[in-house]
Amino acid sequence: MTKNTKKGTFMIKKWNRRQRLVLWLVLSLIFLAAVCIGGMFCGDAARETDFARKNIAPCLKYPFGTDWLGRDMFTRTVKGLSISIIIGISAAAFSAVMAFILGVLSATMGKAVDTVITWFIDLVMGIPHMLLLILICVACGRGLKGVILGVALTHWTSLARLIRGEVLQLKEQQYIKMARKLGKSNFYIAMKHMVPHLFPQFLVGLILLFPHAILHESSITFLGFGLSNEQPAIGIILSEAMKYLITGKWWLALFPGLMLVLTVVCFYTVGEGIRKLVDPASAHE
Amino acid sequence: MKNTAGKFILKNFVKMVLLIFAVSIAAFALMTVSPVDPLQANVGQAALGSMSQEQIAKLEEYWGVGEPPVQRYLAWLKDFLKGDMGVSLLYRQDVAKVIAVKLGNSLFLMIIAWVLSGLIGFALGALAGMNRGKFVDKAVKGYCLLISSTPAFWIAMLLLIIFGVWLKILPIGLSVPIGVEASGVTFLDRVYHAILPAVTLSITGIANIAMHTREKMVDICESDYVVFARARGESLWQIFRNHGFRNVLAPAMTLQFASISEIFGGSVLVEQVFSYPGLGQAAVSAGLGSDMPLLMAITIISALFVFGGNLIANILYGVIDPRIRRGGAAK
Repeated sequence: MTKNTKKGTFMIKKWNRRQRLVLWLVLSLIFLAAVCIGGMFCGDAARETDFARKNIAPCLKYPFGTDWLGRDMFTRTVKGLSISIIIGISAAAFSAVMAFILGVLSATMGKAVDTVITWFIDLVMGIPHMLLLILICVACGRGLKGVILGVALTHWTSLARLIRGEVLQLKEQQYIKMARKLGKSNFYIAMKHMVPHLFPQFLVGLILLFPHAILHESSITFLGFGLSNEQPAIGIILSEAMKYLITGKWWLALFPGLMLVLTVVCFYTVGEGIRKLVDPASAHE
Repeated sequence: MKNTAGKFILKNFVKMVLLIFAVSIAAFALMTVSPVDPLQANVGQAALGSMSQEQIAKLEEYWGVGEPPVQRYLAWLKDFLKGDMGVSLLYRQDVAKVIAVKLGNSLFLMIIAWVLSGLIGFALGALAGMNRGKFVDKAVKGYCLLISSTPAFWIAMLLLIIFGVWLKILPIGLSVPIGVEASGVTFLDRVYHAILPAVTLSITGIANIAMHTREKMVDICESDYVVFARARGESLWQIFRNHGFRNVLAPAMTLQFASISEIFGGSVLVEQVFSYPGLGQAAVSAGLGSDMPLLMAITIISALFVFGGNLIANILYGVIDPRIRRGGAAK
């Protein structure tokens, strides 16, 4: 292991792997926080139209250019990203809680419940995500509620499976059986033995849900389900840009998309970083 | 032994039928709770206002507004089992006909993308896994991370800008040339129009399969038998041929069949960007226009594909891996 670290650090001599990991983690967090805070402040600027400055290609004053109504694409992108991040985080959190509850129930409540829940997981996985999202958005009559609910209801399956497997495995562990024989209550066992083991995995699973949630949120708004044009979520910005692609206004699509990719990469970095920090054994690759 | 294999397939098949049945109920329930009024969506507010009460009542009866959902579902199910999927409200044609055309277009696209992404993804993943830590590995890993963080529709837009708008070498949309009669469309025309959507779908599909193949390959390369093979002096290619390929094939296969669902989801987005008249685009317009019969049928067909893919993967697993076959027989 020590040899490996030495070999890996030839680029930055003084920093070891763990320190570089933390560095990337912090940088990603700063970027995400900056987008969120920036989005809060430039809400009005994102909607401001000015026909004197429409269709400007990217320049120093407008780094992302302006659109056909003279709106500054930079502020729109930041605003849109912040909306998307907030929706993504809330949907993913909702989804993760659901996954946790169902996963634990499935592993502890006996065979009947287990069969029903696994069957339910198979069912949700059987409909392609995008299609299920469309169905749920239609069921909610489109709008913000539909998007959040849709993303939340489509993403819990794999995490629920993971948690179910973990709890099933934990139940067979010696120390849990021992605790049970010693007459400890279920609550005590859950709190003292299960939660400390499950929590890091749950946390990592939760964070790694964010990028998926944001990607699906942007996709579904891109298709025209969900938010209205008043709220420039990133999917809406990109779907508006679609109409102007053929006229050669490449910057309308390029920069918001790039920022979206950067955001998602940051979430992955944070998730993977935290995973490696809380569970160094899995970080061998 | 044949008996167990038959039982296995039968059991999976029954499970699949039940799940599809459940999918139809779930989809129907979701569409029923939708607050979108089918009359308003299809007849339009203005037309409704100018109609007499009786006409509206007639239309309500036609769309089944007043009937309780359970009755409506049973009526739908009865017709569906007979092969009558109803009439699409948007296209004003039998759903079966609409789906036949759209599915043909989509399948063309999806099969190309599925095969391409499977082969290239497997090759890249195996290559990266065998050369762990080297440049190839880092490049493939970077590619996977980047692509899995990129929405498919944005890749489609980028390719559209580059090849359709700037270079003007590929068409910017549709599946056939504009202004040409249906009989005049050649197979090459269709291929020409499918290039960009298929490439986009492949690019996104590759990342998933490459990443998982790579992980499996890394595990295999750390196993005792590979270390021993290396000590015996086998070359990288020999190790791949004798040990890596066999062991990595089965999981990669399963994953590839499981990715049908992903490809389907991706095709919804990609078809939307390229205005490619496939099943995905039909699903979007059915959803936006609350075209219930069409959306139901698309959901069930896509579920059929997904479950069918899983079933095939399960069966193939037994074919590829003798251990599972014999293990199943021994029990």
